[in-house]
Amino acid sequence: MSAVLIIEQVLNGLQAGVMLFLMAAGLTLIFGVMGLINLAHGSLYMIGAFVAAAVAGATGSFLLALAAAMAAAAIAGAIVEVAVIRRLYAAAHLDQVLATFALILIFTEGTRAIFGSFPLFLDTPDVLSGPVTLPGGIQYPLYRLVLIVAGLAVAAGLGLLIARTRIGIQIRAGENDREMVAALGVDISKLYTLVFALGAALAGLAGALVGAIQSVQIGMGEPVLILAFVVIVIGGIGSIKGALVGALIVGLTDTLGGIFLPELFKLFMEPSAATQTGASLSSMSIYVLMAIVLLYRPTGLFGARA
Amino acid sequence: MSREGIVNAVLLVGFVAVAAWAHFAGEPFTITLATRAAIFALAAVGLNFALGLGGLVSLGHAVFFGIGGYAMGILAFHAQNYTPLMEWPFAIPGTKVMPIIWLTAIVTAALAALVIGLLSLRTSGVYFIMITLAFGQMFFYFAISWSAYGGEDGLSIYIRNGFPGLNTLVPIQFFGICFVLLCAVLWFVSRMERSPFGLMLNAARQVPHRVETVGLDPQRAKLVAFVISGAITALAGALFADLNRFVSPTMFSWQTSGEIMIFVILGGVARLCGPVAGAALFVALEHWLGDLSDYWHIYLGLLLLLIVLFLRGGIVGFLAGRARAHD
Amino acid sequence: MTEPVIELQGVSKSFGALRVSDAISLDLRPGEIHAIIGPNGAGKSTLIAQICGTLAPDAGTIRLLGQDVTRLPARARARMGLARTFQISALAMEDTVLQNAVLGALGQAGTPWRFFRPALKDTALRSAAEAALERVGLSDKAATVTAELSHGERRQLEVAVALTLKPRAFVMDEPMAGLGAEGSRTLTGFLDGLRSEAPILLVEHDMDAVFALADRISVLNYGQLIATGTVDEIRADPAVRTAYLGEDA
Repeated sequence: MSAVLIIEQVLNGLQAGVMLFLMAAGLTLIFGVMGLINLAHGSLYMIGAFVAAAVAGATGSFLLALAAAMAAAAIAGAIVEVAVIRRLYAAAHLDQVLATFALILIFTEGTRAIFGSFPLFLDTPDVLSGPVTLPGGIQYPLYRLVLIVAGLAVAAGLGLLIARTRIGIQIRAGENDREMVAALGVDISKLYTLVFALGAALAGLAGALVGAIQSVQIGMGEPVLILAFVVIVIGGIGSIKGALVGALIVGLTDTLGGIFLPELFKLFMEPSAATQTGASLSSMSIYVLMAIVLLYRPTGLFGARA
Repeated sequence: MSREGIVNAVLLVGFVAVAAWAHFAGEPFTITLATRAAIFALAAVGLNFALGLGGLVSLGHAVFFGIGGYAMGILAFHAQNYTPLMEWPFAIPGTKVMPIIWLTAIVTAALAALVIGLLSLRTSGVYFIMITLAFGQMFFYFAISWSAYGGEDGLSIYIRNGFPGLNTLVPIQFFGICFVLLCAVLWFVSRMERSPFGLMLNAARQVPHRVETVGLDPQRAKLVAFVISGAITALAGALFADLNRFVSPTMFSWQTSGEIMIFVILGGVARLCGPVAGAALFVALEHWLGDLSDYWHIYLGLLLLLIVLFLRGGIVGFLAGRARAHD
Repeated sequence: MTEPVIELQGVSKSFGALRVSDAISLDLRPGEIHAIIGPNGAGKSTLIAQICGTLAPDAGTIRLLGQDVTRLPARARARMGLARTFQISALAMEDTVLQNAVLGALGQAGTPWRFFRPALKDTALRSAAEAALERVGLSDKAATVTAELSHGERRQLEVAVALTLKPRAFVMDEPMAGLGAEGSRTLTGFLDGLRSEAPILLVEHDMDAVFALADRISVLNYGQLIATGTVDEIRADPAVRTAYLGEDA
C-alpha cells in the first residue's frame, strides 16, 4: 500500500470529519444551551442539500446555492423552534425525542412531496472541480480540499464567536445558568431561537457542501445525524472542542477503517474472506471506538465529569 | 375492575373480534393486519418495560427486533438449504420449528442487551438515547455487510416456519400464535411490575439514590430490565420475520427503533396495554392513511406532535385517566 | 468503653483548592445521639455523603461496626445496617406510602430478584413495612400516593423507611427541616426514644432539637472539626462561640 494512498485516505477522513463537525457543533450547542436533544437536525442537513441543489440548478451559482441552503435551514430551524421546540425545553428527554422524531417524519415526507423520490444532483462549481497537485506529487480533488479548509475556518469562526462576542458570552452563560442569563436582562427566548437557527444553518451548510460530492436524496440526513451523535458521545456533550476532536476521530476511523481493515485481514486470511470480514468490521469500527471511550470516559473526552 | 382494566379488556377482546370477523368474512388481509398489529404490540411491550418502568429511553430497540428477525432468518435459511449452521466444534443444523427459533432469538437478544446495557448504562439521559441509537446503527451496517445472509437484500424464507400441532400457513392460526404470545407476555409483565423486582425498578427510575440507601443496586435493576425488554422485543422480531417470510437490515434501522417507540407513546408510556393500543392505531393509520396519501407519514408526524404536546399519556391515558399506583 | 458503631479517622476531602473535610476524626457510640452542627457550607453534607458511601474521601478511614468500609459502596454499608435519611425527601413519589416502606423492607431482606409474586403479598415484607409506618404514625396513609403527602408526612416516611432497615446506626440529615414547631417537637420525642435501638448521627439546624437530644455535639467549620463535647461543654467553648454561635450569642 503506497504512501500516496494513505495520504489520500487521511485527507478523505479529514474531509468527512470536518463535515461531521458542522453537524455535531450545532447539536452540541443546542444541547449545551437549551438542554434539548434534536433528532430533526438531520432534516435540516437534508433541507440544506435540497435547497442548494434547487438553487444551483436554477441559477447556476454555487455560492448562491450555499447561501440559500444556509438561509433555508436557518429559517426552517427558527420556525420549528418557535412553533414546536420552544415547548419542549422543560419537557422530559422522551418528549423531545418523540417530537423531533415527528418532525423528521414531516420534513422527510414533505421534501418527498415537493421534490419527488429521486435523488437530485448538485455539481461542484467549475473553479473547484478537478484535482490539484499537492507537495509530493499527490493528486487530490480540489473541492474536497476546499471542504477541509472551509470546515476548519467555520470551526475557528465558531470558536471566536463563542469566546469573543456578546452572543458568545450569552451562550456560555446560558450553558451554565439559565436563570442568571434571564436575570441579566437577556431575552432568553430570542437567544434560544438564534442558537437554534445558527445550529440549523451549520447543518444546512454541511448538507449543501456534502451534497456536491454525494447524491442529494431523501433520508440523507439521519445516518449523518447518528454519526454526529457518536461524535458527541466521544467528544463530550456541550463541548465545541470535543465536537471537533470527536468529529475528526470518527471521520478518520470510518474512512481509514474501510480501507485498512480488509488489507490487515489479508495478511492472514484469503483475500475474499478478508475483504468480507474487513468490511463488516470496519462498518462497526466507530461504534467499537465509542464503546471504548464509554468504558474509560463515560462523559466523553472533553465532557464535564459527572 | 379499574377503568384501565376495562380499557385493556376491550382492547384485547377487540383484537380477537377483528380477527374472528375477518376469518369468517373471508378477509385474510385483515387477519394479516391484526397479526402485524399484535406483533408490533409485542415489540412495544418489550420497550415499554424498559422505558415505562425503568425510565430507559432506548432508541435502539431495533437491535433486538432485528436479532429476532435474523435468528429466524438464519435458522430457517440453513434448514431450507439443508446446510448446517456450523460444523465446529459441534454440528448445529438449521430449524423450521418456531419454539426453537423463539428461544434462540430470546437468548441471543438477551446477550446483546446485556453487552449494550452494560456500556450504555454507564451514562444516562441524552447520552443513553444517543448511544442506543448508535448501537442500532452498528447492527444495521453489520447486517448490510454480512453477505453470507443476503447483505443489503436480506433473506427470503420460502415457507413459514412450523409450530407443532398447528398449521401456521392458515392466517388465523398464525394470528392465534402471535396473540397468545402477546397475552402471555402481557400477563408476565403485569406480574413483574408488582413483583419485588418491579418495585425496585420502579423506585430506581424515580429515586436511584434511595434504592442505593436501602442496600439495593439501582443500576443492576435497570440492566436486568433492559435485558428482559430486549428479549421480549426479539421474540416479536422472530414473529415479524415469520409473518413476512423475509428478513432484511431494515429491521435494524433507526426508523424501526423510532416506530417501536411510537407504538409506546401513541398508546401511553408505562401503561400495561398502551403498546397494544398504540400498535393497533399505528397499523390502522398505516392502512387507511397509506391508502389516502403516499405521504401519510406527514399526518403520522402531526398526530405524534399533537400527542406529545397536548395529549400526555397517549390513548390509554386519555381513556383510562391518570395512572394509579399498583396495589 | 464499648466499641464505636461509626468511627472516622482523619477523613479528608477536597474539591480543587477547597478542603471540605479536613482530617476529621469522630465517632458514634452505642446508645447515643451525636449531633453535628455548623454554619452553612461547613461541610456537613459532604461528611454525611462520605460516611454513607456516596462520596469517596481522599484520605482517612471510615469504620462501621469495627469494619473498614472506606471503599465500600453505599449499598454495602446500607446492608451492614447503616440507615440514612435525606435532607430533601428521597421517596418514590408516584408510589404509595406502603410501597416506599416495602422497598426498605425489601432492601433489608436482600431478596429483590424475584419476578413473579407481588411484593405487597409477601407477608414478611409487608408486615415489616406496616410496623415501621405504625411507629411513625403513618398507618392510615399507607395507601396514599406519596406525592400527595404533606411535607411533614414525607419526613415521617423518610424515618419509617430507615426503620425498615433494622439499622445498627442512623445517619439523619436535617430531619427537622421544614417542620413546624409542633412537628419538630413530635419528631424530637420520637428520636429521643430511638437512640436505645440504634445510635443516631444527627445533622441538624434546629438548635432546640439538638440541645434537647444530643448526648454529644461536634462542631464543623470550614471543613474542620473545631470541637466535640457534651451540650454544656459546647455551649461554653469559646472557639465555638466565635466561629459559630457568634460572639454576642
